[in-house]
Amino acid sequence: MTTLPTIEPVTSDIHPAIEHNLEMPAMLPNDQLPPFEGDRIIQYREALREAMSEEMRRDKRVFLLGEEVAQYNGAYKISQGMLDEFGPKRIIDTPISENGFAGMAIAAAMSGLRPIVEFMSWSFSFVAADPILNNAPKMLYMSGGQFGCPIVFRGNDGAGGQLASTHSWCVEALYANVPGLKMAIPSNPYDAKGLLKTAIRDPDPVFFMESERMLGDKAHVPEEEYYIPFGQARLAREGDAVTLVSFGRPVNFCLQAAETLAAEGIEVDVLDMRTIRPLDIESIIERVKITNKVLVVDQSWPFASIASEVITQICERCFDWLDAPPARLNTEDVPTPYAKGLEYEYLPNPERIVGAVKELLGVNA
Amino acid sequence: MTQAPTSQSESKAAQSMTSQPTSFEITTQMKLEWLRQMQLIREFENRTMQAYQQAKIGGFCHIYTGQEACAVGTIAAVNDDDPVVTAYRDHGHALARGMTPDACMAEMFGKIHGCAKGKGGSMHMFDKPNWLFGGHGIVGAQTPLGAGLAFAEKYKLEVMGEGKKKVSLAYLGDGAIDQGAFHEALNYSAVHDIPCIFIIENNGYSMGTAIHRHTANADNLISRGQSYGINSVEIDGLDICDLYNEFKPFVEQCRENSRPGFVDLKTYRYQGHSMSDPQKYRTKDEVEEYKEKDSIARLLGQLMDSGDMTEDSWKAMQKEIKEQVRAAMKFAEESPAPESSELFTDVYANPEKNLSPTAVYTHGLNNPLL
Repeated sequence: MTTLPTIEPVTSDIHPAIEHNLEMPAMLPNDQLPPFEGDRIIQYREALREAMSEEMRRDKRVFLLGEEVAQYNGAYKISQGMLDEFGPKRIIDTPISENGFAGMAIAAAMSGLRPIVEFMSWSFSFVAADPILNNAPKMLYMSGGQFGCPIVFRGNDGAGGQLASTHSWCVEALYANVPGLKMAIPSNPYDAKGLLKTAIRDPDPVFFMESERMLGDKAHVPEEEYYIPFGQARLAREGDAVTLVSFGRPVNFCLQAAETLAAEGIEVDVLDMRTIRPLDIESIIERVKITNKVLVVDQSWPFASIASEVITQICERCFDWLDAPPARLNTEDVPTPYAKGLEYEYLPNPERIVGAVKELLGVNA
Repeated sequence: MTQAPTSQSESKAAQSMTSQPTSFEITTQMKLEWLRQMQLIREFENRTMQAYQQAKIGGFCHIYTGQEACAVGTIAAVNDDDPVVTAYRDHGHALARGMTPDACMAEMFGKIHGCAKGKGGSMHMFDKPNWLFGGHGIVGAQTPLGAGLAFAEKYKLEVMGEGKKKVSLAYLGDGAIDQGAFHEALNYSAVHDIPCIFIIENNGYSMGTAIHRHTANADNLISRGQSYGINSVEIDGLDICDLYNEFKPFVEQCRENSRPGFVDLKTYRYQGHSMSDPQKYRTKDEVEEYKEKDSIARLLGQLMDSGDMTEDSWKAMQKEIKEQVRAAMKFAEESPAPESSELFTDVYANPEKNLSPTAVYTHGLNNPLL
């Protein structure tokens, strides 16, 4: 017999492939995070910038690259001023060459750096589909645990405002299908900062979905550092009639719809999932057990969507608690139109949500 | 550095070693080591083919036989800690980089002592201690990775004040130069002064499609690199001494100037594209013609001529290598298959709950190479 070397099991919390991992920050429950409400009002884009800048000050391995992020100060002004603070070696303008720079950044992550890759739009990520899907989420597995890929891909996701079919992609349903990646999708400035900081510190590849339509949204963002744990939803509004489950921009549509419904005496839950992978199914179940009715509002197309997945898990985990078939409201199942009115109708807008809730409750519209 | 094609004649190679003084002298010791490494790869691949035919190895399996001088000669010209990435015809690179035949063969057998714990197979050879970043299965996909490896080392030096001046080697076949990823990697490296050396192991075929049928300007591949302002050379990949003489100063130039490089490394593979290739696209005569120029026979001839190798010492070397590979086969046989629990390990570095509706991810066994 050959003497085979003994292989010991991994004992660390974070996989040993991630060398020099800074200790993960404390991940606190919602009630121990800084207050959601307050008077430090900044834009969503500023919250993203604050998250990146704080992490870059902490850790020299973190850098930002993408189209127009440096000299142009960001196509959407997210990285405004970062070139001045961090210099061109850490805020890096790339050619319009997503396949090339995404692959390059992945190798940098394998080498121990912590890249943040900005896609001007997730719609442009398809030309980088091979590196972001075939390399980043599979590297740890394919190398048998030798090379991890701690990287953040971030950018605008979903309809931006009359950009038509090719520039309005919601990629979450397509990409969330792939094991090995994590996916975060903040609906407000507070979450934008707290989730992006967690994404940068996380040792796994994180797909981070922003929205062009939310970049100018203003809300309180704590000045202090905080990390929102992945897989921890926030109950944005509490009701008793129906639980609305949503993520990203449509959370705001849900909150608007909830106002309208409240004026008619219908109080609904709005559960902001914050991350899709991991998915805080426990919080959904907890609320479904109270309201017994659920509507998932999702900005991707309906077929094999995130809503499909959420509803499947609800049926698997708390079917007996439902008083009505679980419902979904997606964007309409067509390519994204250009005309302003058509685009609005296409989205899971507040009016459509109100209609869907009333249908679920059997109330005449 | 001349950009003219290198003569393939042995007399010129011999001449350049004896009469042209160079700071990168090739010693007899180096030649003997290269011979040993090339023969190891050849013997290893012979056994790989046997094991594949016995169904001990599954999936796609691409044999390196004929191209040995490429991996051995180029890797000899870089430092042990210069990062390397290659495509799916990767057994030769893994062995030349220092992976043990045991770990390489056990990987192909799908065993836990394989370099990727049996999760990667023939096309995905990774060896972190030896700075080998894979083995990649998608044609051309490794070229941006190669650029990223050199970028990272440059970043560590310039931003973090760590490490040293490094180059990366990104190997690809001639088929990969038709991919967009390749061109994007060249452009990026040239614009950002990234010292990645793109080595085209030009064996004349993109799977079964001959080079004149798959790429434009096939007789002048270095124009690809030159069009991006990248220093580009054509090198004979069948004569390891010529190759080293040309490539070693080229590497140091790329390292010193922090600039990318492009090498059209002319070679030939004796076997099909993969183990399931009937090779109807080329003649047996063509294969035989190249076997006449075999890189191992050529180096052996030189060593015999110079009296640094005898029939006896060659036999002894072959025997030793046979033993080594036989031991690797035994090692691969005896290593256990991964436990079912390994299915769910190495998926996430930070396996939180609720990442999957069905799977519970954990950490499993350490990688045997680490």
